Amino acid sequence: MASFPENLQYSREHEWVDDASPATVGITSVAADALGDVVYLELPEVGTEITAGQVVGEIESTKSVSELYSPVTGTVVEVNTAAADDPATVNADPFGAGWLFKVDVTAKGELMDAAAYAELAE
Amino acid sequence: MTEELQDKKTPLHDEHVALGAAMTGFGGWLMPLRYTSDLAEHRAVREAAGLFDLSHMGEVHLEGPGAGAALDHALVGAASAIAVGRARYSMICAEDGSVLDDLIVYRLGDEHFLVVANAGNAELVARELVARAAGFDAVVTDRSAETALVAVQGPRAEEIVAAVTTPGDVEAVRALRYYASAPVTLRTGDAGAGGEVAVLAARTGYTGEDGFELFVPAEHARALWAALLAAGEGHGLVPAGLSARDSLRLEAGMPLYGHELDTTTTPYEAGLGRVVRLDKVDAQGAPVDFVGRAALQARKDSPPARVLVGLRGQGRRPARAGYDVVRPDADGAPGARVGTVTSGAPSPTLGYPVAMAYVTPEVSAEGTELAVDVRGRAEPFVVVPLPFYQRS
Repeated sequence: MASFPENLQYSREHEWVDDASPATVGITSVAADALGDVVYLELPEVGTEITAGQVVGEIESTKSVSELYSPVTGTVVEVNTAAADDPATVNADPFGAGWLFKVDVTAKGELMDAAAYAELAE
Repeated sequence: MTEELQDKKTPLHDEHVALGAAMTGFGGWLMPLRYTSDLAEHRAVREAAGLFDLSHMGEVHLEGPGAGAALDHALVGAASAIAVGRARYSMICAEDGSVLDDLIVYRLGDEHFLVVANAGNAELVARELVARAAGFDAVVTDRSAETALVAVQGPRAEEIVAAVTTPGDVEAVRALRYYASAPVTLRTGDAGAGGEVAVLAARTGYTGEDGFELFVPAEHARALWAALLAAGEGHGLVPAGLSARDSLRLEAGMPLYGHELDTTTTPYEAGLGRVVRLDKVDAQGAPVDFVGRAALQARKDSPPARVLVGLRGQGRRPARAGYDVVRPDADGAPGARVGTVTSGAPSPTLGYPVAMAYVTPEVSAEGTELAVDVRGRAEPFVVVPLPFYQRS
């Protein structure tokens, strides 16, 4: 069974979020592997009010496109422009340099811990 | 997941698993989608070489004095006009002129032809060839199960295949012309099997690069695969999956059955009318009444309702199969629908989105500015000639 960073929480849509303030959001290694090489990211704009479970962007790979859901509700305060410029970062380091955006969180969606996510990912 | 359980495995399945491939169902087979990275595999084929398992393809042999005449009747092309040792791209159509499959026909001898069909259509093609060859002096044998097919594609392909060829056949491999084939003996290093295997080497492919397709008895496939991977190590050869195969063929403007071709399409709409030989004649010089002839003659004489075109994206968001092609509207909203995308992806080689689409003839001229409805937003695309990529 694959293991995932213990300090993060996970959504059913394969996003992760940390508990910092503002919170950082990204996609998991499972999502990155399933997508294949990411070639284009459409991220929410800074200042956008987003809602947990809502589509806030999209991730294109050579093979497919996938919608990006927000795992939390709040205001987008920063987006990873470096990853947008070099989307391969998302494949190379999905839990680190490949993070997608940061949010001032007012509420969280339905999230699970690393163990529960590992079970889902099986 | 139950679908995957039913998918057939090629003789190379264990090799793919050992290489860590992500597997996917395709045409009734469990095939490698990618080994490491779609982009890296795509680029390796453009710049060095890629190794593909194509054992899912169908191989149907026709043998006998009437084999050529049987194929002339069964297919839209003139198989009997193919020289021994050469190959031709062809199609098998229904009576209504629609495409049942696109094929490569290899003439292996005066009275021996090999028809290679797409995986998902292989059984249908074998069945149709048996039915259509009835009354001709020819035996039709489906050898798909006992035949593995391994392709080496890319600018280094000749060096790699030559490196595993027995000394006496190296010249034959190097001299092989595009769309030609020859029986050659390759070294597999599998001592138990004598270390050698007789294969049919063909200079054909589906990537837009130079390359070889090697038809090998299934029981020798793993040894040949291993020998090619070892020989290719210093040449930048990597195993490549279906994802790279799809983006490579799309850049090369090659149709994929189920996308550009299907049973609602005739060869003319696909821009492949050249494969239909309405003028073919039999040994007595009489016109050949092949299956689909009347419908195709009528279709040729009437303007097509839709035309296959190449589209180049002006932005970054790629079009995907099934998306609507629309007229661009000033406000950026999708306008009136004028067609459908059949294949689309970000081109790894060119760096912009490319797509093939069927559109109405009035918007099919090169340079026409169109848009594709990419999930509710009109993305600008312009009509460009196919192929998108041609090797220099």
